[in-house]
Amino acid sequence: MAEVKVAEKKSSTIAFGKKERKLLTDPLDSNNPITVQVLGICSALAVTTGMKNALVMAVAVIFVTMLSNGIISVLRNSIPKQVRMIVQLVVIAALVTLVELTLKAVAFDSYKQLSVFIGLIITNCIVMGRLEAFAMNNKPYESILDGIGNGAGYGIILLIVAFFREFFGKGAIFDYKIIGPSAEYLIDTNTSVIFGWYASNNLMVLFPSAMFVIGVLIWVHRAWNPKLVDIS
Amino acid sequence: MGELLNIAIKSAFIENLALSYFLGMCSYLAVSKTVKTAFGLGLAVIFVLGITMPINWVINTWLLGENGIFQTDLTFLRFILFIAVIASMVQLVEMVVEKFSPSLYTSLGIFLPLITVNCAILGGSLFMVSKEYNFSESVAFGLGGGFGWFLAIIAIAAIREKIKYSAVPPALRGLGMAFLLTGLMGMAFMGLMGIDPAAF
Repeated sequence: MAEVKVAEKKSSTIAFGKKERKLLTDPLDSNNPITVQVLGICSALAVTTGMKNALVMAVAVIFVTMLSNGIISVLRNSIPKQVRMIVQLVVIAALVTLVELTLKAVAFDSYKQLSVFIGLIITNCIVMGRLEAFAMNNKPYESILDGIGNGAGYGIILLIVAFFREFFGKGAIFDYKIIGPSAEYLIDTNTSVIFGWYASNNLMVLFPSAMFVIGVLIWVHRAWNPKLVDIS
Repeated sequence: MGELLNIAIKSAFIENLALSYFLGMCSYLAVSKTVKTAFGLGLAVIFVLGITMPINWVINTWLLGENGIFQTDLTFLRFILFIAVIASMVQLVEMVVEKFSPSLYTSLGIFLPLITVNCAILGGSLFMVSKEYNFSESVAFGLGGGFGWFLAIIAIAAIREKIKYSAVPPALRGLGMAFLLTGLMGMAFMGLMGIDPAAF
């Protein structure tokens, strides 16, 4: 125990060097939680119909990964190995409840639309995965950075997917109409004049399109960074 | 009885947890490389969903509800209690299976603990709450939903076993292809949406 304390004292001079930067930027590209580690897919698919929901979800996940990583890292030496799962889940569940109640009070519309998926942050494997892989064996400051990095890596993918889905599905970005007619493909039956040139593609709003967008995203990512190609 | 069958069929096919709501995708994508392992995980999911759903129903109605023991609305504790029930149930199931059926235990092996963080389980419980099912309906929903998830993971595993021998572009191999395939399967399952479960 004494040794650990000494080691922690040394790192308390908070610096932002190369190693810390790597913790933050790695999850954005070569160690991305969604396209490389395959963590947290469920919510990535469900909440990406619009940029607004994706942004709310990304902020919520960054908040939860950051704080849970920090808390578990502080407690890491006092958690018995056998019950660590339950301890981790209780910490995560408490944080998620906090997020849920906050959203309910501040942004009720988003809360309604995200419904069960806020609760599902608890079982979002990013949070658990990072706790197991990182926070259990690293110091609090680094763990918090790792949490922010992974949350941000997740958030970026979420926003990219949501951009394509909302743009082609509704012709809008952040609910702001960019292309196409307001509701759907409008045809004046008397003159057969078609208003607006873009008919929104309803498939993009449905679940399967998220799979296609992420699949293509993984394709592009791996073509660009061949180190990640699956050899098996 | 017919009503319950409707709910089970509806949750297995029309509202498939994996292919209509895309829940439990992490383990679905990670453990679907071969049919054999997918089979084990699928069975474990049916089992755990079937057990945790009624228990969570009891907790939600009798402990947390306004007409429960404490006579107050404690629903803000729902997440913590649900996940604690799921984690402890998985632990319990693991111990019971290990004691009574070592062969099943070795075949399920590592998949049991994985289930704790499978969002299909927690998602199922949360859907049960939002759909306001009663006790027997929640049992039917749990078993039907588990069966649907089982079917989905077996199907994708079988496809992935075959596609190993096809000429897939290198960057798309493995994970990327699994995503595209799941998307296509999801589209196929959307075709079932129009079915009226009362017709069965």
